[in-house]
Amino acid sequence: MVAGTVSSAREDILGRIRAAIDGAPSQPEAERPPYRRFGALDPEARVALFCERASEYSATVTRCVPAEVAVRIGEICAERGMTHLLVSALEDWDPHPPGVELLPDADLSVSELDSGAGVMTACAVAIAETGTVVLDGGPGQGRRALTLVPDVHLCVVPAERIVELVPEAVARLAPSAREGRALTFISGPSATADIEFDRVEGVHGPRDLVLLVVDEAQA
Amino acid sequence: MTAIRPFPEAAREGLANPQLRANLARATGTIRGKRRAVVEETPDWEELREAGRAIKARTLAALDEHLVVLERAVESAGGKVWWARDAAEANEAVSQIAREHGATEIVKVKSLTTDELGLNEYLAGHGIEAVETDLAELILQLDGDWSSHILVPALHRNRHEIGELFRRTIDREVGDEPAALAEVARTYLRKKFLAARMGVSGANFLVAETGTAVVVESEGNGRMCTTLPPVLVTVAGIEKVIPRWNDLEVFLQLLPRSSTGERMNPYTSLWSGTRAGEGPREFHLVLVDNGRTRVLADEVGRGALACIRCSACLNVCPVYERTGGHAYGSIYPGPIGAILTPQLVGIENAPTLPYASSLCGACYEACPVKIDIPDILVHLRGRAVEAGVEPASERLAMRGLARTFASRRAYESAQRLGRGALRLVPWARVGPLRAWARARDLPSQQPRTFRGWWRAR
Repeated sequence: MVAGTVSSAREDILGRIRAAIDGAPSQPEAERPPYRRFGALDPEARVALFCERASEYSATVTRCVPAEVAVRIGEICAERGMTHLLVSALEDWDPHPPGVELLPDADLSVSELDSGAGVMTACAVAIAETGTVVLDGGPGQGRRALTLVPDVHLCVVPAERIVELVPEAVARLAPSAREGRALTFISGPSATADIEFDRVEGVHGPRDLVLLVVDEAQA
Repeated sequence: MTAIRPFPEAAREGLANPQLRANLARATGTIRGKRRAVVEETPDWEELREAGRAIKARTLAALDEHLVVLERAVESAGGKVWWARDAAEANEAVSQIAREHGATEIVKVKSLTTDELGLNEYLAGHGIEAVETDLAELILQLDGDWSSHILVPALHRNRHEIGELFRRTIDREVGDEPAALAEVARTYLRKKFLAARMGVSGANFLVAETGTAVVVESEGNGRMCTTLPPVLVTVAGIEKVIPRWNDLEVFLQLLPRSSTGERMNPYTSLWSGTRAGEGPREFHLVLVDNGRTRVLADEVGRGALACIRCSACLNVCPVYERTGGHAYGSIYPGPIGAILTPQLVGIENAPTLPYASSLCGACYEACPVKIDIPDILVHLRGRAVEAGVEPASERLAMRGLARTFASRRAYESAQRLGRGALRLVPWARVGPLRAWARARDLPSQQPRTFRGWWRAR
């Protein structure tokens, strides 16, 4: 295909569209129907809802106060017999969790990512109603391959990043989208229902998703 | 365009297959239940549906402008945009990109649009193997079969059939348990993901404002295909564009609840063009017409272009539940297929599909963007009649009715005849009407007609 036909395909298609919609009533941007834009829950109920919904998708959810984060990470790794965790950069994780070696992602190849270590990240936003965490490649999150190839994904979720509804999350993520960042919405571990619509956890993404919710209010 | 096999003929195979009907009833019943639960718990579901409908209608009304905005946004994010008038141009674009990169094996994430285009077959003809990585699509590809459901393409296969297939093609030892079969697929495909030089995806949505492509999935194969290979080609119909970033707040709620009956699907990937140190180094977006502008030109029929491919209409359709997806003769089965396929390929090539419905309206109730499928079905029946391609039995019956209704005398004598004919009902079961009579109860005979009563009054 040469450039000429590409551009004429473009003109043809746009021309066909204009002919097809010619005379169609124009649709001014109307007021949107009053679906929920803002949540109504207080912070504690919002965090509780997030934990409940994420657990329903077989994510392992655990809560702690900020001072306990490093220790809890160490425990989560010990429970799984993990000694190494991939992270986007070492300086994002201070203090270091005890008993775990952090491996920074210094342009690791995909086979290095596939070497068996789990991965630990932060998140940009989390959505209570759907039990979702969203990564946008911001601090502590790294590139997408980092959270895709390893089999265990430990995601640290600060309570103040949890919003109640999808529209609130989409609004918070708008600057990232406009910057051209890649986003990943994660709701539970990888799953399939392709055989007899029977849900099976774990196909290609991490089969073990651990969410550590960090909340000052949590005793 | 080749004509699609008549629905009544194609439906016979599914109807005669008890295994298929059992699989269908079980799967559609399960999905219906899950969907109902997550829809009922959403207090603003009707407002979201209305918002989805309105966004799609507004987008289609200025589709050219939104596509130009999308093109500019993708290009300024480092992507390249291709325009394809038809399947041949779209397939050639993908093939050309693959050849330029010396890619002889590409990994693909499930895409109805590329199935519609016949992309895999085209690439195979050019020495390029397209590996389907969605578990169901892999099952179908390994067996040379094709999809029967938008969401669960291998719905017509049960675990024993799939286990047998995997033992024959990938792993001689594997059993029939879905978890074990998924594990085999994981190991088999992981090597391919890590080595692939090019990935191909479809898109659930394309956000014009930000140039963002969106892939909604469950298994993680979509993330693999759109993240790991250095070259990514996304092939999408022109109707997939939505104008604004915040339009996603509506569709990311409507789609998972309508499709898998989940509050949110496990993974949704969103990206714009390319980004240093993140994902593919090269991104191509192929925008495909392939009949869509023809659909757009039909004021009633264009409603079908709002479809977000959730498959809720399949799961509630009494016809689909009994015939299965293959009867619809295209990769778009069920009620949405019955209105989309005849428009994409031309009514003359699929004249029986608009009749593959009882017009019960369940599909309209379930549709997350409120596509009035029954209305479009009736409209397309009208077009089939105008084109003189409606089913022969329908034509004969309607001609007869037209003559009968045209004169009082004809109508009254038809009534007398009809009353007489009802006495012959048992005979209909063996005569030429037996196929019709088998599936229907006739009205009971009344002592006199209304007209007779009126005159005698």
